[in-house]
Order: sequence, then structure tokens, then C-alpha cells
Amino acid sequence: MKIVGFCLTVCVTAGLTALPATAQEPADIPSVDQIVQRANHMAYYQGLDGKSTVSMKITDKNGNVRTREFIILRKNGQGGNQKYFVYFLQPPDVRRMVFMVHKFSALDKDDDRWLYLPSLDLVNRIAASDKRTSFVGSDFLYEDVSGRSLEEDVHELAGVTEERYVIKNTPKNPSSVEFSYFTVEIDRQTSIPMKMEYFDKSGVLYRVIESQKVEPIAAKEGERSVEYLTVTESVVRDLRTGSTTEMKFSNVQYNIGLNDDLFTERYLRRPPREAMR
Amino acid sequence: MRKIWGGCAAAVLVLAAGAAGGEDTEHQSFWSQWALPPEVHGFWEVRGGYRLQNDRTQKDMSVMESRFQLDLFSYSEWAEFKYKGDVFGDWVQEKGRYQTRETWMFFRPSEWMDVKLGRQVLTWGTGDMLFINDLFPKDWQSFFIGRDVEYLKAPSDAVKVSLFSDWANLDVVYTPQFDRDRFIRGEYISYWNANLGRTAGRDAKVHTDKPDRWFQDDEVALRLYKNINNYEFALYGYQGFWKSPAGQDAAGRATFPDLNVYGASVRGQVGKGIGNAEIGYYQSRDDENGDDPMTANSEMRYLVGYTQEIGTDFTAGIQYYVEQMLDYEAYKRTPGMTRDEYRHVVTGRLTKLLMNQNLTLSFFGYYSPSDKDAYLRPNVHYKASDSWSMEMGSNIFFGDYQNTFFGQFRDNTNLYAAIRYSF
Repeated sequence: MKIVGFCLTVCVTAGLTALPATAQEPADIPSVDQIVQRANHMAYYQGLDGKSTVSMKITDKNGNVRTREFIILRKNGQGGNQKYFVYFLQPPDVRRMVFMVHKFSALDKDDDRWLYLPSLDLVNRIAASDKRTSFVGSDFLYEDVSGRSLEEDVHELAGVTEERYVIKNTPKNPSSVEFSYFTVEIDRQTSIPMKMEYFDKSGVLYRVIESQKVEPIAAKEGERSVEYLTVTESVVRDLRTGSTTEMKFSNVQYNIGLNDDLFTERYLRRPPREAMR
Repeated sequence: MRKIWGGCAAAVLVLAAGAAGGEDTEHQSFWSQWALPPEVHGFWEVRGGYRLQNDRTQKDMSVMESRFQLDLFSYSEWAEFKYKGDVFGDWVQEKGRYQTRETWMFFRPSEWMDVKLGRQVLTWGTGDMLFINDLFPKDWQSFFIGRDVEYLKAPSDAVKVSLFSDWANLDVVYTPQFDRDRFIRGEYISYWNANLGRTAGRDAKVHTDKPDRWFQDDEVALRLYKNINNYEFALYGYQGFWKSPAGQDAAGRATFPDLNVYGASVRGQVGKGIGNAEIGYYQSRDDENGDDPMTANSEMRYLVGYTQEIGTDFTAGIQYYVEQMLDYEAYKRTPGMTRDEYRHVVTGRLTKLLMNQNLTLSFFGYYSPSDKDAYLRPNVHYKASDSWSMEMGSNIFFGDYQNTFFGQFRDNTNLYAAIRYSF
């Protein structure tokens, strides 16, 4: 990964030197597109595939706590497309349900989503097309978990601190979302998004997501040993409802050789061993 | 045989559990090859409901029960094991009861084959609460009295073999002894009794002559399916019997005549939502010309449906369904036959989630313009915590006539409520 980072820096620097007239910013700052692409990659696309156990703790404004626990499998496809397989462990009433997504990066193509209900042996197609709805009743939205296409927003570099780039993201289609814009603070060293703040239509901050713990996860790229920096603890606060959701990733693994077949009806009805433990 | 399956699986799970908790490490390692200690889950619930009008053939209470479900699951290197059973006290029938919901073993003998053996719940097809090519047993009694929707599907004692290839996938379900629907027979819900010419209930429960010879009165169900760009295409075949009574013998007992079904379906994205279409040819093999008034005629069944999100956590679905009786002229030659050639049904579904998806308001309704009857299912479900949930709902029947599909149940309109603790 460091090699890629190095290459990016070199290329960018070379580009800027070649065009000194447009180089208003300090020479070591990459373009906005490069920053957001790199951050998007770090947040959603590391490795060829991945697996993790996810636990969520949802605390409402009265202090009532609900939990969610699931195992998630992810596999990258062509051009930003991805497949997700989510096997629920907790709470008891959703245990062993499976949620499967074929995510498409193209803006004009909705994700395909399935839900399997084991007590009825029923494979349901989910008609939901709105990605800005709650994921499993938590304060995280479907789009926070599966990623928001970079094509959806106009990205501007709003500030640079010693440690972070601050990117302002304004939706190209404002009526499709509940925010007017959101800012992302990206760690300059790791390219990991550390904080996201959402502002409503009247410009008031109403939602904050923060990465609280970042860990290096050892993995293999072929024969080579690598480390993927991964956000293993994050929290989202909904300032309007007073509700908070903490999300923790454990047993994180990359490049485990997940087969495309896992993301089909066969495994939706009987989950693979990878999803059950 | 049913009991044997239940016993075997329970024994395996209990042995596995006992072994895992044992002191002897040598035994432990032996048993750990067998299966991991079972995951133990289930629920306890209390459910009560009453008719909203008087039915002289039934009690006022439509459902009144306390139910405990135990769910054990375990797996070894080569197989998975499941047991799910219910013990419940049923105040309508005034007895304690036990039912095994599932007892199965699942294994993947090769890259291209899955096998599931034992008592299992089976579902396929594209309809929402309408079934054309899904000929696995339904429990209409549970559905109409307001039990959890899980109980609409009654289990099958069967083996399901699934074969997978790049060309297409094939499911074969073999049920060695016919599993009928738990149809309306007067036990909980009153119904139109054509012989008596009136609505009947506990005073005239349906007596049946059910095909029950092992390996002779058997059922075979096939599904050949393929996913092309996430459009799900399927062809179906079934050989067995009408799942609910569709005839009568000389002694006046309800019968389950021979039935073959051939069908097809497709489901996938249409516009912003999900569209589905399904068709089935019901070949009533004991009455292929339609001239036996004591046996149901063959039918064609058609279904189209569409579901779309219409707001935040708000989904709407609509379906149009038609049953067409074949050889209708032959049917009409018998005096006193009242069915129409076509039965049209429209269904609508609305589901709205509120309060962080903990409160679900749902409505499902069937309306038949040809039968002039309707069946509405409003429901409110609230998850008070990760363990506790409660719900309230109603089963509402309307009908201009006493003898139509939903109209016959109009004295059974009921209101129910339940509270459940899950673990």
C-alpha cells in the first residue's frame, strides 16, 4: 500500500511541476479527486475481499440499548461493483436471517438486495431503492455501510490542517438526500476518513460519524505479507434524535478467497461456513 | 417415522451438547468432530384473540394459547443439524400440544450438490401470500386465526436435493408420504359446507380420506432456475395431490385428488421496484375432462405483481391473480354448480417502519371483484427491546355470499394480540 501511496505522491508532484501556473496549492497536496478516491478506497475497497464480525450498540436518548451482531462478507467486482453477504447473529428475532446485496457503482443502476427469512424458507427481493434509510434500525444508514458513490457529489478541498484534509461534499441532486452538504476529515497520512459531519437544508449540523479506532490488519497479497489499515471502531451521533450507534469490527480478515458463488441464492438459503463463524 | 426423525436429531444434538460439556478430553475431541455444542434459542409467547361477532358454530375466542419454541442448531465438519419444536397450551381446543417444526440434517456432498433431509419448511415461487407453484403445505388455520406468519408454512417431511451448474440449477423435493395443507376444517374457523347447505364449524368438522401410503402416495416437486443479470427465471413441475380437499367420495368424505402442476415464473427489477410474474397449469388427473362433478377441474393460474418503495421505510405492493377453471362447460352441466369460470383477486400490501424500525405498521388485503369478497390483515408490531416484542392485528373477512372463498369466513373476523420473549 505504501508503494501505491508513494507512487501517487510522485506522480502528483511531477504533474504539478509540469503545470506550475495552476499549482496554487502547496506542492505536496494531491488533487481533491485523488484525496476522495483514495479515502473511498480505504473505507470500502481494501483487499480483493473481506470478512468481519460486526457488533452495533444503539443507545436512544433515554438510554435504552439495543444490539445488533452480524457477520459480513464482501467481495470486490469490476469497476467499483461489490457483493455483500450479511448473516445476522443478534438479536434473537433476526438470528440467521441473511441480507445479500449486489452493489452497482453506476448511478443509474439500483443495487439488487435480497433478504432470506429462515423460518419461512423465503427468499425476498427488497424493493427499497432509497439508500439513505437506517441500516438494521441503527443510526448508520445503508449508504454508510455500503458506500456512497463519489459521482453523487461535488468535492471541494475546504481546508488543510497539519493532520487532515477537510473535504466539503455537495450533492449534485439535492432532492435525493436529506442533507445540504457534508464534510469529511481525512487523515493525511493514512487517507482514512476520520470524521464526517452532515448539515441539513438550513445549514445546521445534525449528524456526526467518527472513526474511533484504526488498526493494522495483517493479510496476504499473493505471497506477500501486507497490512491493511482498518477502522475497527466508529460511532454515529444523530443530534436531532439524541440517538447514538457504536459499531465495532472484530475478527477482520482480508483476501480470504471468497468465491463469487457465495453471493447467490444457494448460499442465501444455506449460508457458507465463512459466514457462520 | 416423523417421531423417529425428531428423536434422532434431538438425540444427536443432546449427545453433542453433553459431550461438549464433558470432563473427558479424549471423548470431547471425539465428539467435537461430530458437532459443536448446539446454539440454543427460541421464544415464549402468549397470544389471544376473539371473534368480533357471534358465530354459533364456534367459540368466541379465535385463538388463545401459550407457546414455547425451542430451536437447536449445530454443525460438524460435514453437516448441519437443526431441531425446532413447539409446545403449547391451546385453550380453543382445550388441550396441550407438541409440534415438531423442523428436524433436519444438511450437507454439501460436492461442489455442485446440496442435500437437506428431514422435516423442513419449504418455499419457492414469486407470489406474496399467493402460491401457484409452491405446493408445499400451508397452515391456513394458523393464518386466519392470527398466529405469527411463520406458521402459514407447515413443514414437509422430505428430502431436498439441489444441483448447481453454470447452465442452471435444479431443486428436487421428494416427499415420500403426502403432506396436505392444514386447511379450514371447522376446528378453529367455520366454513361453507356445501353438503349441509350452510356454514358449519365445530358441529361438522371435515372428514377426509387422505392418501397416506408411504412411497406410493408421494409427492415430487421440481424447480429449474437460473439468474440472468439478477432476473430470476424458474420452471416448475409437481406430481402429487390437491393440497386441500378438491373432491368428495361416495361416503361424503373430502378427498385429495391426483394433481400435476407445470409452471414458470420470473422476478426482477422493473423501474424503481421489483416486478414478478408467475403462471401454473393445474392438471386435475382424476378429472381430465372436467365432467366429474365430485372432483375439481383442471385450472390455469396467473399472477403479476409489483412492489416499490414509496417513502422512507414505506413500501407498497400490488398483485393481480386469476384462477381460470378449464372445461367450464362440462362443470356447468351439473345442476347447482355455482363457481365462476374466472376468479379474480387483487392484493395490496403496505408496510411502514417507524421508531428506528422498531414499530411496524402493515396491511395486507385480498379483494376479489368476481367473488365479491375480501380478506384484510392489518397488523401493528412493536419491538420493545431486543428480547420483548408485542403485536396486535386483525383478520377481517367480507363477502356478499356465504359460499365464496373468503365470504364463507365472514363470521370469523377476529382481533388478536400477542406478547413474545425471544432468547
